[in-house]
Amino acid sequence: MIDFDLTVVWAFIIAFAVFAYVVMDGFDLGIGILFPSFAHGEERDKAMNSIAPVWDGNETWLILGGGGLLAAFPLAYAVILPATYPLIIAMLLGLIFRGVAFEFRWRDERHRPFWDLAFSGGSLVAALAQGMTLGALLQGIEVADRAYAGSWWDWLTPYTLLTGLGVVAGYAMLGACWLIWKTSGSGQDHAYRMAFWAAIATLVLLVAVSLYTPLLEEQYFRRWFEMPNVLFAAQVPLLTAVLAFALFRSLVKRRQGAPFLLALGIFLLGMAGLGVSMWPYVVPRALTIWDAAAPESSQIFMLIGVAITMPLILAYTAWAYWVFRGKVGDEGYH
Amino acid sequence: MLDGFDALLLARFQFAFTVSFHFIFPAFSIGLASFLAVLEGLWLYTQKRLYLDLFRYWLKIFAITFAMGVVSGLVMSYQFGTNWSVFSDKAGPVIGPVMAYEVLTAFFLEAGFLGVMLFGMGRVGPKLHFSATCMVALGTFVSAFWILSVNSWMQTPAGFIIGENGQFLPGDSWFDIIFNPSFPYRLTHTVIAAYLTTAFVVGAVGAWHLLRDRSNVHARKMFSMAMWMAALVAPVQIFVGDMHGLNTLEHQPVKVMAMEGHFQGHSEGAPLILFGIPDSAQERVNYAIEVPYASSLILKHDPYAPLAGLDSVPKSERPPVGIVFWAFRIMVMIGFAMLGLGLWSLIARWRKRLYDWTWLHRAALVMGPSGFIAVIAGWVTNEVGRQPYTVYGYLRTADSVSPLAAPAVAASLIAFIVIYFAVFGIGTWYILRLMHHIPHPGETGVKAGDRGPIRTAGITPGPSQNPGHSPTFPDGEP
Repeated sequence: MIDFDLTVVWAFIIAFAVFAYVVMDGFDLGIGILFPSFAHGEERDKAMNSIAPVWDGNETWLILGGGGLLAAFPLAYAVILPATYPLIIAMLLGLIFRGVAFEFRWRDERHRPFWDLAFSGGSLVAALAQGMTLGALLQGIEVADRAYAGSWWDWLTPYTLLTGLGVVAGYAMLGACWLIWKTSGSGQDHAYRMAFWAAIATLVLLVAVSLYTPLLEEQYFRRWFEMPNVLFAAQVPLLTAVLAFALFRSLVKRRQGAPFLLALGIFLLGMAGLGVSMWPYVVPRALTIWDAAAPESSQIFMLIGVAITMPLILAYTAWAYWVFRGKVGDEGYH
Repeated sequence: MLDGFDALLLARFQFAFTVSFHFIFPAFSIGLASFLAVLEGLWLYTQKRLYLDLFRYWLKIFAITFAMGVVSGLVMSYQFGTNWSVFSDKAGPVIGPVMAYEVLTAFFLEAGFLGVMLFGMGRVGPKLHFSATCMVALGTFVSAFWILSVNSWMQTPAGFIIGENGQFLPGDSWFDIIFNPSFPYRLTHTVIAAYLTTAFVVGAVGAWHLLRDRSNVHARKMFSMAMWMAALVAPVQIFVGDMHGLNTLEHQPVKVMAMEGHFQGHSEGAPLILFGIPDSAQERVNYAIEVPYASSLILKHDPYAPLAGLDSVPKSERPPVGIVFWAFRIMVMIGFAMLGLGLWSLIARWRKRLYDWTWLHRAALVMGPSGFIAVIAGWVTNEVGRQPYTVYGYLRTADSVSPLAAPAVAASLIAFIVIYFAVFGIGTWYILRLMHHIPHPGETGVKAGDRGPIRTAGITPGPSQNPGHSPTFPDGEP
C-alpha cells in the first residue's frame, strides 16, 4: 500500500526534524536544567561554552519542525497550536530567556547570577512545556469543523505532567552525557553523577508513560498488545532495556563518548515507540496524516528543497561540530 | 480592563507588538552582517589592522543583536499557529512551503556558520573564517528574500486557486507565487532600508567617538564609511520607495488613498497633503496643508490626472486612515532627513571637514536610531494599510483568527510586553554600553572591557581555546 506516498514521506521528514531537534536542543536544554547544580566559575563557564557555538543551529530544528508542520500538514499546525496555546507561549518565553542568557551572562558580571537563573529557568520551562505538549497531543485533541474545539485548559492533566517530567529528565540525561564527553576534571565528575541520576529518573518516567499511554485509549492498547503487533512492538521496550543496561555500564566504567551515544539511542527508541502509538494519526484519533496533508504540489515543491538542502545542512552542521571538537577548556577557555 | 477588547483585537495587538519588536533586530543584523563581511574582506585584502579592529568591535554588537533576533524570531514562527490558526490552515499550502524554504536555505545557513564566525577564527584560520562570515551575511539576505515573498504574496496574492475546502492551493507555477507583483519592490525597499539603518547606527557611533576625540582613526573610518552609505544609498532608497508606491497604487489603491489622506476623489488633479489630522468619521482631513496637483504629479506623473478617493469603496473595505497617514509621513520625513545628512557629509568631505565639523557629528548622532523608526513606520503603513485583509482581497483579518478566548490572548500579550521590554531593553543597554566603549588599536574582539567592574569575559574567543592555532593573531583573539 505504501509504494510512494508523498504524505508518508513528509510524515517521516517531520518526524526526523522533531527527532533532530529533540536530541540536539535536548542536550543543551539539559545542560540548562542541570546548570544550578554546577559550581560557580569554571564548571558553569565550561558547561555553557560547550554548547555556545552550536545552540543556535540546534534551535533552528524547532523552527523547521514548526515551519515544516505548517507547510506539510497545515491543518495539524492550525489545530495543535491553539490547543496547546499556553504551553507554546511558555516554551517560547522560556527559550527567549535562555537564548539571550548565552550572550548576556558574559556582558554583565554583576548580574551573572540572574542570567544563570534565566538560563536554567528558561531551559526548564521550555523542556517541561515541550513534554506536556507531547502529552497533550497523545491524550487527544478535540477537533470540530477544521478547528480546535476544546477549552484552553485541556492540556493540563496528570498524564501531561508525567510526559513533561519525562522530557525534563530525558533532556537532563542527554545534557549530562554531553558534558561527560566535552569536559574533564571536576565538572566531568559531577556530570557522571548527574547522568546516573538523570538516567534513572528518565527510565522510571519512561516506564510510567509507557504503561499509562495504552490505558488512555483502546487503540493504543491494541497497537501494543494484540497479536501480531506485539511481536514487532515488543522489540522497542526490549531494546530500550538493553541500551539502558549498556548506558549504566558505560557510566560505571567511566566511558567518555559512549554514554551520550547510548542516551541518543534511548531517545530514538522513544521516538519509535511514539510512532507505534500514533501512526497514522498526526492528531491522534482526530486527524490522520492524509486528513491534514497539504496538496501534492506543495509537497513536491518542498521535497525538492529538502532533497537539495538537507545534505548540505547536515554537512555544514557536522563541520561546525567538528571545528569545535574535543574537550572544552583544556587549554584555558578564558 | 478587557471591556471592548475581543480576542481578534488582542491577537492583532500581539502580532503587531511581537513582529515590530522582532524586526528591529534583523533590520540591524542584515546590514551589520554585510558590514562585517566588508570589514573582514578589507582586512584580508589590505592587511591593515584597522579593519580587523573594527571587525572585532562590531562583532561583539552583532552577537547580541543576532541572539535577540533569533529568539524573537522563533516566537514569530509560532504566532501564525497560535493566534492565526484559520489563516494558517487556509494559506498554509501556499505560504508554508515558502517559509520552509526560508528555514532550509537561510536559518540553517546563518546558525550553522554563526558559531564559527563568533568563536572559530583561531580554529579555522582567516580565509575559512571569512567565508563563514560571508555565509552568515548571505543567510540574512536569503531570509529576507523568502519572508518578504510571503508578505508580498499576502499583499498581492497571485498564482493560486481556491480549493473546495476553502484552502488557498498552489496553481501551476510556484514562480508566480514567489515573484508576485509587489515582491521585487518590497524586497529591494526593505533590504536597502536595513543597510541604511545599519549605516546610520554605525555613523552615530563614529560621530559619538569623534565628538569625544576627533583624532580617533577607528571612529574616523567608521564614520566615513557610514556617510558614504548615507550619501549614495539614501537617494536610491527614495527612488525605490517611489517605485514601490506606484506598484502599490496599481495593486492596492485603497492603501495609497489612506496614505495620501484622500477621502474624496479628485477629478482634475489631486493635491498632496503634507500635514493634517485625518478624521475618518467626518471623512475629511482637518488643518490640512496642501500642495495643489502634487499628488497626481507624483502618483500619475501628470498634475491633472484624476485620482479616486476612499469614498469610492465601502467603509467595510477601508483601512484605519489616521495611522497609515501618519506612519507614512514619518517614514518619508526620515528618508529625506537621511538624504540631507548624506548630502551634508558630501559637502563636509569636499571642504575637508568630515572629521571636525561638530554640528555634522551631532546631527549624525541624533540620526542614529532614525532607521529603526523609519523601518517600523514603513511596516505600519504596509500592514495597517492592507486592512481589513490578511490575504488581500480574499481573506479578512476577522476570518483568520484562532478560536481563542480573549483572556488567554490577553494574558500572553501582557507576558510578551513585560518580558520583551525587560529582556530586550537590557540587551539594548548592553549594546549601547559596547558602543560607548572607545574603538582602539588592538581591539580585543569579543573579550572587551579592559578595566572597570564590567569584565566582559567574552563569548568564548576561539583562539584562547586553542592558542597554538593562531599564528596570525599575536594576541590570540578573533
